[in-house]
Amino acid sequence: MTGAVLSKSPTGISGFDDVTLGGLPSGRPTLMCGAAGCGKTLFAMTFLVEGVLKYGEPGVLLSFEESAEDLAANVASLGYDVMSLIDQKKLAIDHVKIDPAGMEDTGEYDLEGLFVRLDYAIKSVNAKRVVLDTLEALFASFPDAVLLRAELRRLFDWLKERGVTAIVTAERGTGDGNQLTRHGIEEYVSDCVILLDNRVENQVTTRRMRIVKYRGSAHGTNEYPFLIDTTGISVLPVTSAGLAHLTSSEVISTGIADLDAMLGVGGYFVGSSVLVSGLAGTGKTTFAAKFVEARCNLGERTLWFAFEESPEQIVRNMRSVGVDLAHHLGSVLSIESARPSFFGLEMHLARMVRDIDLFKPTAVVIDPISSLRGVESEVHATLLRLVDLLKSRGITAVFTSLSSIDQASSINDRSISSLMDTWISLSHIETNGERNRLVYVLKSRGMDHSNQVREYQISNGGIAMVPAYIGAGGVLTGTARLAQEAQERDEYAARNELVMQKKRDLARRRKAVEQQVAELQSALDAEASDLDALIEQSEEHKRLHEADRTRMAQLRRSKE
Amino acid sequence: MIEHDSSTPAQNEADMAELPLAADLPVSAASAVPAAYSLRLYVAGETPKSMAAIRNLRVLCAMHLAGQYSIEVIDLRVNPQLAAEDQILAIPTVVRHLPSPLRKVIGDLSDTERVLVGLDIRQRAPS
Repeated sequence: MTGAVLSKSPTGISGFDDVTLGGLPSGRPTLMCGAAGCGKTLFAMTFLVEGVLKYGEPGVLLSFEESAEDLAANVASLGYDVMSLIDQKKLAIDHVKIDPAGMEDTGEYDLEGLFVRLDYAIKSVNAKRVVLDTLEALFASFPDAVLLRAELRRLFDWLKERGVTAIVTAERGTGDGNQLTRHGIEEYVSDCVILLDNRVENQVTTRRMRIVKYRGSAHGTNEYPFLIDTTGISVLPVTSAGLAHLTSSEVISTGIADLDAMLGVGGYFVGSSVLVSGLAGTGKTTFAAKFVEARCNLGERTLWFAFEESPEQIVRNMRSVGVDLAHHLGSVLSIESARPSFFGLEMHLARMVRDIDLFKPTAVVIDPISSLRGVESEVHATLLRLVDLLKSRGITAVFTSLSSIDQASSINDRSISSLMDTWISLSHIETNGERNRLVYVLKSRGMDHSNQVREYQISNGGIAMVPAYIGAGGVLTGTARLAQEAQERDEYAARNELVMQKKRDLARRRKAVEQQVAELQSALDAEASDLDALIEQSEEHKRLHEADRTRMAQLRRSKE
Repeated sequence: MIEHDSSTPAQNEADMAELPLAADLPVSAASAVPAAYSLRLYVAGETPKSMAAIRNLRVLCAMHLAGQYSIEVIDLRVNPQLAAEDQILAIPTVVRHLPSPLRKVIGDLSDTERVLVGLDIRQRAPS
């Protein structure tokens, strides 16, 4: 290369061109290896058809395994009309039938016939892209491996000379781990080698792609999961999420007025991740549904990933709690249901990322994350990437998680709690033969949230919070709360009665004492009047005595 | 180009030198197969291998199928579109169209024994 950037041919496969920073090396052959059923042919077909449709580059497919009709039928479901492209001379498919029997080798030969056919096909459509699928089939019919290798080397040189961008597919080598392909043809293709893989772990299959080498170009080195479904192949570079997302102070409603009030700022922050965890039957999905309804009513696009219920089931069940999702479905709401065991973790993540990119929601619900199966560290890594990804797109996400019975928070919760901005914990307590539901905000970053454990009730009107009873006996809920309240009323009444009684007693005693005081007073009065009488009597007596003495003296004067 | 009854082409010394080898072998099935042999030889340009194959086929047919064969030589450099029809990969290749079933022999046809077996002109010798 002379300092110029290696020119690349985009494949049109979403994600792949990002990982390779532009596509496959232009004018060079690329080896694509993988075991049977990895999607090699589909990958190659997509490269050709997208090349015609998007990039105006006609293509040639030299197929050693399938006929043009079969290939066309295989990709028809992706909306590719291969036959019409062939009619328009944009695409040429030459089916090379290998007949392993009846090839008597009678002397020197070469594979010039293959070159002639390829050359003819390339010229017939003026092809810029070539696919050889699967070249190694030649090894089955030509026993002279030495000659074949020489011819293959010549073929790759020839392809480079033509300046066509080529994909050569090959079967993954078995046994020896160092060998990428069964017949070691990677040694002839040195520019770009892509490995497709289809691994089964815990009975779940995940397709992965890795760029083994890409000469002269930077490329993502990880194993990237990829999907094959009705929209074709999508490669998902989901490991590239970082921590550089923007944060928002904007707040959106949780869909439950009382819960809004419990969160100091009146709802969730836009772009935050919310975990609603709880035991079975605590209404996790209902909390999520209320949020979804609130978003949809505002016309915001919302995507719901359900791992346990079908869309119809969710709509029906949520109708019973007063949440009508049916009329949002298909417009601003999309529910994607898939069994957790249907894909591996990577694939779930990949699928979710693709759906998010397609639907472009502002809010996402994942219900529940606890059903994602796998090794804890892998689940954690998957969720971490998902959370990062949602945050980087500014999408508000509500995750539900099932807690186990004996623990307030399951292992899952604990390992991901640090990823979550807001954690709403739902629980229930069982007393007096009834179960009552409680909600509290376990944490909520960046807001002054309520510490109160609240009781809530789910009815056909939705979720309603009940003021909690908190007293000496702890938090009481349900009928226990009612009973306690009644008891308190009684106690109050009884105390009231006692006071009245005391008041009456006091009044009575007061009266008695007053009576006594009056009696004593009157006795005192009587005594006083007796004393007066005595004093008067004594005075009278004294006066009479004086009078007597005077009279006696008068009588005695005669004697003097 | 189509040739019938290959007594016409001029044969050089080299060809003649190979003849005795082939001639040593017993001639068998030729008379037992009344149907005419229709053979198509695919070559690509005038390469040594192609020229050798043309020569070898002519000699062989003259020796074993005298009077009951036709040879069509197709140069894929001239008519590349014909390669797909008979699923040609290796060059040179001889395709026996008649009698059916279709049979193919690849290489420059220097191993006469294998050519005869491959084209089912003679049964494979019991080993």
